[in-house]
Amino acid sequence: MSDLLAARSQMAMSLGFHIVFAAIGIAMPLLMAVAEWRWLRTGDARFLTLAQRWSKGTAILFAVGAVSGTVLSFELGLLWPSFMERAGPVIGPLFALEGFAFFTEAIFLGLYLYGWSRLSAKQHFQAGLVVAVSGIFSAVFVVTANAWMNAPTGFELDQGRLIRVDPWAAMVHPVAWHQIVHMVLAAFAATGFLVAGIHAFLLLNDPGSFLHRQALSAALIVGAVPALFQLVSGDLIAKSVAHHQPAKLAAMEALFRTQDGAPFVIGGLPDESTQRIPYGIHIPNLLSILLHGDPHATVVGLDAVPPEDRPPVAVVHVAFQVMVGCGLILAGLAVWAGWLWWKGRPLDENRRLLWALALASPLGFIAIEAGWVVTEVGRQPWIVDHVIRTADAVTPMPGLWVPMITFTLLYFVLAAVVVWAMWRHIAASDRGAPRLAKEVAV
Amino acid sequence: MFSLEAALGAMLVGALTFYLLFGGADFGAGMWTLFPAGRFAQEQRALIDRAIGPIWEANHVWLIIAVTILFTAFPAAFAVISTRLHIPLTLMLIGIVLRGTAFAIRTHDVASKPDGVSGAPPIWHRVFGWSSLFTPAMLGLVLGSIASGRAAAPSASFTETFISPWLAPFPVTIALLTSATVAYLAAVYLLLESRDPAFADLFRRRSATAWVVVTILGGAGLWAARDGAPEIYHGLVQTGLGRVGVGATLLLHAAALWALLSRRDAWARVLAAAAAVAMLWGWAASQFPYLVEPSVTIYDAAPPATLRLLFFSLCGGSLLLLPLLYFLYKVFKGEVIAPRAPADKLS
Ligand code: HDD
Ligand code: HEM
Ligand code: HEM
Repeated sequence: MSDLLAARSQMAMSLGFHIVFAAIGIAMPLLMAVAEWRWLRTGDARFLTLAQRWSKGTAILFAVGAVSGTVLSFELGLLWPSFMERAGPVIGPLFALEGFAFFTEAIFLGLYLYGWSRLSAKQHFQAGLVVAVSGIFSAVFVVTANAWMNAPTGFELDQGRLIRVDPWAAMVHPVAWHQIVHMVLAAFAATGFLVAGIHAFLLLNDPGSFLHRQALSAALIVGAVPALFQLVSGDLIAKSVAHHQPAKLAAMEALFRTQDGAPFVIGGLPDESTQRIPYGIHIPNLLSILLHGDPHATVVGLDAVPPEDRPPVAVVHVAFQVMVGCGLILAGLAVWAGWLWWKGRPLDENRRLLWALALASPLGFIAIEAGWVVTEVGRQPWIVDHVIRTADAVTPMPGLWVPMITFTLLYFVLAAVVVWAMWRHIAASDRGAPRLAKEVAV
Repeated sequence: MFSLEAALGAMLVGALTFYLLFGGADFGAGMWTLFPAGRFAQEQRALIDRAIGPIWEANHVWLIIAVTILFTAFPAAFAVISTRLHIPLTLMLIGIVLRGTAFAIRTHDVASKPDGVSGAPPIWHRVFGWSSLFTPAMLGLVLGSIASGRAAAPSASFTETFISPWLAPFPVTIALLTSATVAYLAAVYLLLESRDPAFADLFRRRSATAWVVVTILGGAGLWAARDGAPEIYHGLVQTGLGRVGVGATLLLHAAALWALLSRRDAWARVLAAAAAVAMLWGWAASQFPYLVEPSVTIYDAAPPATLRLLFFSLCGGSLLLLPLLYFLYKVFKGEVIAPRAPADKLS
């Protein structure tokens, strides 16, 4: 394995690991706040139990999110020192602001997790809201940095060096907006459906449980509404990619030739050598319609960029299809559940819906991983689009497969442990519930 | 001579100072779980969980702030450090990951309780203890190599480039010193937080032992610096400012022992922390203006527009942050920050 490939794999693996905890860290505080708010409103202690149960499990996820994020901050230098050397002055201030978002989040998380008996009920609820908001801010800053890598601005290029740097330009980045909205919606949709799926599964075994019914409805609200908006946001972000990174868009759609009236390809495994897409279903003109609202509009294909500047087509295309597929399923579930609710039918008695939710519970996270593969692999061979090549940024340190394997094993073990710990929380479900409420509230 | 570079350099040292005093002590507390506490085993677990549980994630962010200052303001130094010290930094990260996860698993396991009963398998307690010992040592190793002048020296072979900067007597001594220092700080802090007097005495003995170890390792570090980090040695021993720094460290360090032995626990806490800060600042001052001895200085910095933006972001952020941090400590350490007992009037 070449050192470059090892570095890319390590980065991909670390980011893919972190994003799961980050997304949960963004959305879970809102879920807990919903439960706590209903406790404050109704005085029904069972809502308090729900909030406390969620918070005890989430504490572990937060810790793993924080440490895996720390690894990333260092990896930017450990793996890509010359990227940071050149890009640091432009996007560094974003990371500094992100640092303050982390601080706020960590401070209020401490107050939230350990402050049940030390803060008043209202203060405690507000602490939870601050955690939720600062989690969103972390995402805003870091995704803005990523948007800059996709469409760099705020400097002039002088023989490979970045001069006349204007870090403000990176902060108010035109592409960032779409990416931020898409990412934050994704975090809510994915976490909401994950939690809804778990409680739907538990309801199948324990019909009528008050706790799980309430958990299901809170999680569905948090997940379903963003899942619907995600379709709109996805459309906007695709148009922005078509404008700023035509090569990435062409790879997503496996469009080898620039053409008028471009087709939309569903499925298929693009083959770069033959420029064909075996097993793909072509819908004529649809891509031109989706992007430009005109069935005959021209869409730029991969032939517009020199071969050495093209991203790997198959990976990007398949990942894009996976994301869109998951997105459509989640949106469909959202419509189904919404329709039942509108008709006034109790969701938790519809076993088919419960099964569907249980089966769909990982889809949001699969979509998040796939979406980031589209973004990051689709940007190749550039680490900063058309400014720095990934191959030029990698560290001179040899033997990079060693840390790559080490971190992979470490993260596998951690993932297993986290799943085990969460399983204990879920399995302790009804046995432990009332006791826990008392304990934490002393 | 105010310059943005110097101001940001000072902020970098400031972030490291907070990390040492707060984040460091969290690691130190974890280290003490490796030592048998006899009949206090469960109480010790409860004490340490209570002491670091609510605050360790916030304390940890100081490290992230330090890294962001480094790569934003001083990208050249960041590139050198993260290239040449790849190995110890990676080891440190593994330690950070294990420490955080193990702590979360052991305290937030579904069967764990605030009284020190833990439902997590024993392995996670051991992982927590050992990673708490290992991680600060790796950070010390990195800092020691940066100071030694070997991390930025020209090199040819793999060993010269990636191994010898840190595998040398001076960095290794600093590594041990760092772990010992945070263990010492933690013992002194915990002394004040343990409610049972017999249990507090355990931490008093531990503090005194750690004091001796820190003293020996500190002396060894200075001695190793003669050959291992000549610029630092020169700065500490042969300049007026350096001598003042060393003198102040020694005085504060001796005073901390006095406070410890005479049971002035609140004073002991302040003096121990002050001695640690004096040591860190003495090092920083003797290295000024170098970030990585002997070639990268703080003037190898990002363009002024970036420095300005970063400087104001950090100032604004701190205005928000420091009151919040104070509030966090007050909620969880209220009894300690504003003690009722007259002997503890301080601070
Ligand atoms: C729950 C998760 C989720 C769902 C349901 C969707 N996405 Fe997505 N998508 C993401 C989660 C995500 C993501 C992981 O959050 C990405 C990666 C980078 C980013 O900002 O968002 C992303 C990136 C991303 C990109 C690449 C952006 C870039 O490279 O800058 C495009 C074009 C789309 N998405 C389009 C869509 C469309 C048309 C969807 C319609 C169903 C869709 N996404 C559903
Ligand atoms: C789109 C991608 C990302 C999102 C949405 C995101 C979001 C978050 C969130 C919400 C948290 C706090 C929640 C938790 O602890 O679980 C977090 C933690 C963290 N993230 Fe990320 N992150 C992303 C990528 C990155 C990257 C690329 C880096 C490094 C350069 C990074 C560095 C960190 C750090 C250092 C922490 C720990 C903060 C602490 O100590 O509390 N993140 N991230
Ligand atoms: C957390 C969600 C993210 C995921 C899952 C993710 C995924 C990936 C993947 C799959 C790669 C490897 C691409 C390849 O080499 O083929 C990669 C590379 C990289 N990503 Fe991300 N990414 C995320 C967010 C970010 C963010 C927010 C940043 C920066 C602020 C970032 C910075 C990088 C860098 C520097 C590389 C290495 C260079 C490169 O391959 O272009 N990533 N990421």
